[in-house]
Amino acid sequence: MKQMNLLQAVNNALDLAMARDDTVLCFGEDVGHFGGVFRATSGLQDKYGNDRCFNTPLTEQGIVGFANGLAAKGLKPVAEIQFADYIFPAFDQLVNETAKFRYRSGNQFNVGGLVVRTPYGGGIAGGHYHSQSPEAYFVHTPGLRVLVPRGPVQAKGLLLAAIDCPDPVIFFEPKRLYRAAVAEVDEGHYQLPLDQAEVVRQGSDITLLGWGAQMEYLLNAAELAEGEGISCEVIDLQSLLPWDEDTVVESVLKTGRLLISHEAPLTGGVGAEIAATVQQRCFLYLESPIARVCGLDTPFPLALEKQYMPDQYKILDAIHATMNF
Amino acid sequence: MTNPNNATITLVHRARFVDGHGLTIPTFRLLKDDGQLYADAAEPVLDRQQALAMYRSMVATRLLDERMLAAQRQGRISFYLQSLGEEAQAVASAAALAPDDMILAQYREQGALLHRGFTLDQFMNQLFSNEDDLGRGRQMPVHYGCRELNFMTISSPLATQIPQATGYAYGQRLAGEAAVTLCYFGEGAASEGDFHAGLNMAAVLKTPVIFFCRNNGYAISTPASEQFVGDGIASRAVGYGIRTLRVDGADTLAVFEATRQARQLMLEEPQPVLIEAMSYRLGAHSSSDDPSGYRSRAEEERWRKRDPIGRYRLWLGHRGWLNEDEDRRHSDGLRRQILEAMKRAEQKHKPPLESLVEDVYAAVPRHLERQLDRLKKQDAANRKRERA
Ligand SMILES: Cc1ncc(C[n+]2csc(CCOP(=O)(O)OP(=O)(O)O)c2C)c(N)n1
Repeated sequence: MKQMNLLQAVNNALDLAMARDDTVLCFGEDVGHFGGVFRATSGLQDKYGNDRCFNTPLTEQGIVGFANGLAAKGLKPVAEIQFADYIFPAFDQLVNETAKFRYRSGNQFNVGGLVVRTPYGGGIAGGHYHSQSPEAYFVHTPGLRVLVPRGPVQAKGLLLAAIDCPDPVIFFEPKRLYRAAVAEVDEGHYQLPLDQAEVVRQGSDITLLGWGAQMEYLLNAAELAEGEGISCEVIDLQSLLPWDEDTVVESVLKTGRLLISHEAPLTGGVGAEIAATVQQRCFLYLESPIARVCGLDTPFPLALEKQYMPDQYKILDAIHATMNF
Repeated sequence: MTNPNNATITLVHRARFVDGHGLTIPTFRLLKDDGQLYADAAEPVLDRQQALAMYRSMVATRLLDERMLAAQRQGRISFYLQSLGEEAQAVASAAALAPDDMILAQYREQGALLHRGFTLDQFMNQLFSNEDDLGRGRQMPVHYGCRELNFMTISSPLATQIPQATGYAYGQRLAGEAAVTLCYFGEGAASEGDFHAGLNMAAVLKTPVIFFCRNNGYAISTPASEQFVGDGIASRAVGYGIRTLRVDGADTLAVFEATRQARQLMLEEPQPVLIEAMSYRLGAHSSSDDPSGYRSRAEEERWRKRDPIGRYRLWLGHRGWLNEDEDRRHSDGLRRQILEAMKRAEQKHKPPLESLVEDVYAAVPRHLERQLDRLKKQDAANRKRERA
């Protein structure tokens, strides 16, 4: 075990994957010698050479298209998109190509082994082009897997599993936590299951559900609620596509209440999908409407970032409203 | 221009591949390092007032950059991006335009905006994201924009402005305006798909747009050698059938003259032009970057000697147009004005909560009104919590 922050855990996972399997390649803008603008790939070029860890020209559509070709050839590309806000030039390659390779070819070709890593989310004074949470666009795309780790342990285990996964994966890394989240991480090779939510905290009055950087706020809110005698069960979804209905439903059947929180705008967000499913499977057990604490239906701002963010207080107030319905 | 699909073609009967270096384009330069004109160079038509205005804009840009980088280090603003070593590219190109010409910039062209008359207060309001920021505190520092000065608001995603410039210029042509569009971008951004789409459309649709590529050698840590192979960005434009000129980006006079002539060409006959300005990004990419991790001090020093402001100052001196005392007084005055503008901007309020939901659509829709109501209650509750 070793103390690692989220970036070090990602770096460690890439290092282990590249050491074990020489078909694993890491590339993207500034990824090579520099080690990425956040330094997630630092040291990898020195260790594995320029053929396996390198800078690409500045073109996201090129990076993902190139990764598609590489993966179709049987290699395992781990491509970095510098910020999730800049994934959109690659949108066509991801949603029309990456996602549908296997399906459209009758399983003659596939891009399993392809992982796109990208830092997402706000809270870093980045304004609206360095803060977006674009997961919902991809969750609407059959054929992709979408993962969001909440801390170093999850980042490493999920990333290692993603690299071995026979399906293409988009891996959103919460950049607000890159250095802030620190944990004891197993230095060996381990994997976490890709389609399982984790019950992070047991409780009986209400289920709080989130992923990635939101988990910190959910856990803080649960702590505050605990002080008032409200017992919160907290679940980290981890995989948004496919998502683990059973774990969530089981919890809601127990608590009778559900609150979902995400940074992305409310409308058409992943929370809407979960609320619809839970409402159908738990209707007679629900004691109050399902609450959503999300980003506003506006672009992400700069000056009013703090007001925009769905934080622990917004969550706590929504817990009160749900409990007192 | 020959079109390989139908025009007269030259036949050969031995395969001869043209390689990426087959096309080398010379660099247009007027001023020698000592500030004297090359013997066969023609001096651009510039009067003293214009020449000094360019000089002052470059100096002001550098002083503003120095001060705001320091302000970032002191934690007073969250981010900054300087244009050290590239002042001539932005200022001299903008100086060759008319006020009605539209500018679409990347993010390292504060000099162009400053030369157009953006005030220190306007710069500071944007940098401090206060209620008087024309962009209403929504974007990171250095994402300026000003309708009045025909400077379109900067967007962070790289190269998206390139096809937009093509479209804007086409609109100018249709409207019959004697105006052009100038679009700045870096050699890194020229790798994006939008660059290729924008250039090809401009060539085919004959739009009066000047593509101005600042080839400063780096895209964050990525050197130009890992960005493209072949003869720079200029040869790409030639491939699209676009008139192209490579210019020394640290030569104020050459940049001015290149842009002036490009504009003249397209007013005579609507068509795009690409100017590739060769220079060096002397500073860090941004306040979040440290170039010592990817390039040597010696390399930086070599370029420091080719400072565009220094070379131009020498020329102004030879011309007898620069009075040193006056120059010093002017710079000192500017430093003071920058500090004063910064203090004023720092004291202003943030934009109001309403600004979150405004401008998303032309009018605030019902669902955003509801979200704002909820947010106001939440905000009041949070303030109470903070006080407690
Ligand atoms: C689509 C997109 N991808 C990535 C980025 C992140 N990024 C910001 S600046 C930059 C380098 C740009 O280099 P260049 O165009 O050469 O301009 P310079 O910074 O050298 O002036 C990168 C990769 C971005 N802003 N937009």
